[in-house]
Amino acid sequence: MSKSNFTRRGLLKTGAVTGAGLALPTIFTSGAAAFTNEPTGDTVTFGFNVPQTGPYADEGLDELRAQELAIEHLNGMGDGGMLNTFSSKVLDGTGVLGKKAAFVTGDTQTKSDAARASAKSMIEKDGVVMINGGSSSGVAVAVQGLCQEAGIIFMAGLTHSNDTTGKDRKANGFRHFFNAYMSGAALAPVLKNAYGTDRRAYHLTADYTWGWTQQESIQSATEALGWETVNNVMTPVGAGDFSSYITPVLNSGADVLILNHYGGDMINSLTQAVQFGLRDAEANGKNFEIVVPLYSELMAAGAGENIKGVYGSMNWNWQLQDEGTQAFVKSFGEKYGRPPSNSAHTCYVQTLLYADAVTRAGSFAPCAVAEALEGFEFDGLGNGPTLYRAEDHQCFKDVLVMKGAENPTTEYDTLEIVEQTPVDQVMYEPNHPMFGGDEASLGSCNDGA
Amino acid sequence: MDAIILQILNGLDKGSAYALIALGLTLIFGTLGVVNFAHGALFMIGAFVAVTLQRILSLSYEQIDPEKTDFLGNPLKVQVPYVDSWFGADVGAWLIDWSVPIAIVMAIPVMLLVGFIMERGLIKHFYKRPHADQILVTFGLAIVLQELVKYFFGANPIQTGAPDAFAGSMDFGSLLGFPPNSIMYPYWRLVYFLFAAIVIGGVFAFLQFTTFGMVVRAGMADRETVGLLGINIDKRFTLMFGLAAAVAGVAGVMYTPILAPNYHMGMDFLVLSFVVVVVGGMGSLPGAVAAGFLLGILQSFASMNEIKSLIPGIDQVIIYLVAIIILLTRPRGLMGRAGVMEE
Repeated sequence: MSKSNFTRRGLLKTGAVTGAGLALPTIFTSGAAAFTNEPTGDTVTFGFNVPQTGPYADEGLDELRAQELAIEHLNGMGDGGMLNTFSSKVLDGTGVLGKKAAFVTGDTQTKSDAARASAKSMIEKDGVVMINGGSSSGVAVAVQGLCQEAGIIFMAGLTHSNDTTGKDRKANGFRHFFNAYMSGAALAPVLKNAYGTDRRAYHLTADYTWGWTQQESIQSATEALGWETVNNVMTPVGAGDFSSYITPVLNSGADVLILNHYGGDMINSLTQAVQFGLRDAEANGKNFEIVVPLYSELMAAGAGENIKGVYGSMNWNWQLQDEGTQAFVKSFGEKYGRPPSNSAHTCYVQTLLYADAVTRAGSFAPCAVAEALEGFEFDGLGNGPTLYRAEDHQCFKDVLVMKGAENPTTEYDTLEIVEQTPVDQVMYEPNHPMFGGDEASLGSCNDGA
Repeated sequence: MDAIILQILNGLDKGSAYALIALGLTLIFGTLGVVNFAHGALFMIGAFVAVTLQRILSLSYEQIDPEKTDFLGNPLKVQVPYVDSWFGADVGAWLIDWSVPIAIVMAIPVMLLVGFIMERGLIKHFYKRPHADQILVTFGLAIVLQELVKYFFGANPIQTGAPDAFAGSMDFGSLLGFPPNSIMYPYWRLVYFLFAAIVIGGVFAFLQFTTFGMVVRAGMADRETVGLLGINIDKRFTLMFGLAAAVAGVAGVMYTPILAPNYHMGMDFLVLSFVVVVVGGMGSLPGAVAAGFLLGILQSFASMNEIKSLIPGIDQVIIYLVAIIILLTRPRGLMGRAGVMEE
């Protein structure tokens, strides 16, 4: 009779040692990756992090539509959209560096913590090589920081705060969208022509990073015209009823109300200002005026008739007549039955710019991609000649000054283009005090892994 | 002085909404003993009844306008409302313009039904459960309702305007001898305040002067004894739940021109309305109404620049500060009765 030497404990020990031995080469392999989430198969995955729930969900949905379209165009499906008009010709509809482009989505909920969690999950579980999208500066700054730590490229979506490429700029983060300083610089001459140089402005400002920087930028630009700032009142985000903030305006000696609000807050504050008769009122012997420095098509449609004649600014608008815009509007319009919003445009363009940079760099490595994007000059993507400035990773291009249309024919043409402000007029130095001054730095690029 | 009058006026319409919601909350708590965290959702549903009616009235068919083109250069499809072709353009436009007041007629039966389904379908199973359970289940219900609304109507606020006749604002100042344009107040906010006063008066009259109301009040005071007299008090209380839902619903309908409805508006009002109920005194209907107006006006005053420059952020905390002070000095609230939530 033979006696077996196998015991349960012994078996477990042997199993554990063998398991560790087998796992060892895998550990070495993953350690050998040159950068975070280096794509090894025949696909490469992008992470689209947009608000799918919460107050900016409609905007997030439009961003997703555009990003999906960009993926189709990169993979050679559809009519190619802006790939046909883009000045760089390295993208040929065969994917990115020979790999088929795929995507996963995350929900930012317009909350910094939720946005970081969804970005983290896409990086760790889905192996994305870049994160693109979003609709809030608070979220953009938070996710940009996370991508910097993780060694992933962050292509920002709709974020307008000076801080994103100012004091919070990061080597792994890039912004195509314009910013609050540019809004002020573009709007000021138009406001001067329309309302003169002797005006007194009253600001209502959303109490967070975007509101603060926008207010500072607009105040500085209008004071340079000779306008006086009577007051700046911070309002809580999502206040709903702004009546108690609006009623003191008429008797404050101001004759212009500047609403540094966005989304639902802007719809409510503008509507209520009109209800309280501000647009029909006179002050200091002049017609009382309202200005909304940052517009979006979805907000404009929400505010309805109240935006008629109100000035604001935008990064891009589907009514532009250049070749790139027309190609994108046709592509997007035929697929979704509606013209794209400016947040959709920026996300689409950012996806193409990333893919283009990867192709020119010949690598998905974040530092190589960043180098390809830095100082990159391009055209054909809807904004005219554009520069991705190396010092702060901010795009410089023309800015649109808009006005609420007097006689819109559909819900999509509630805004009209007043002026395409040339890029030179909205340029600033990388160490401008509103952008963190001399202390602001990109830091060093992080490949992760 | 004009600034003070303006803030009182501002407080009145905000206070009207708080009072109407708090009235319903108190009715439900006083009759059924349920702490209903879904009550704000009823206000929100009411607002979306107005949105729905506006959409129904605006239902249109497409007509090609060969002279205009859409954004892709195709002939423009113009939307013509069915009501225009059925009743003529003038009547059609009038119906769409007056959709908010007309929505009240639709909101009352809809809200009674929603209230009935909510009470019979879910809340009645929690009568004997602790208040914590009731809060959890009604809070969950509120989230489900708001997600449903978001699914169908989207996340952005939806403009639902007042009839053109009430679109402007009234120069209140010149009535009181102030210079022109010093106190401007939108007509619709005035309408809202009057409407709230009528609804509140109506609910009180109903409880005070009808036999049904008398029985309900008796039931609120001593449910067991009323039951022993052979009266089916539960049935009446269910009807009161429906009534409270209808009050919240019509309050929501009429509020739409003041605040563009969105899916989370109910939650925004709910928390403040609960504070109103607590300050007014749990179970006290006059207390809820008085506290609603009081806190609405206080909140408006706290938003004045002069006050905010003295105490920054006071506009955000004033209501809770007042609640703490009142609860410390009068633990049962302004008009609370002994024995409510104290057993």
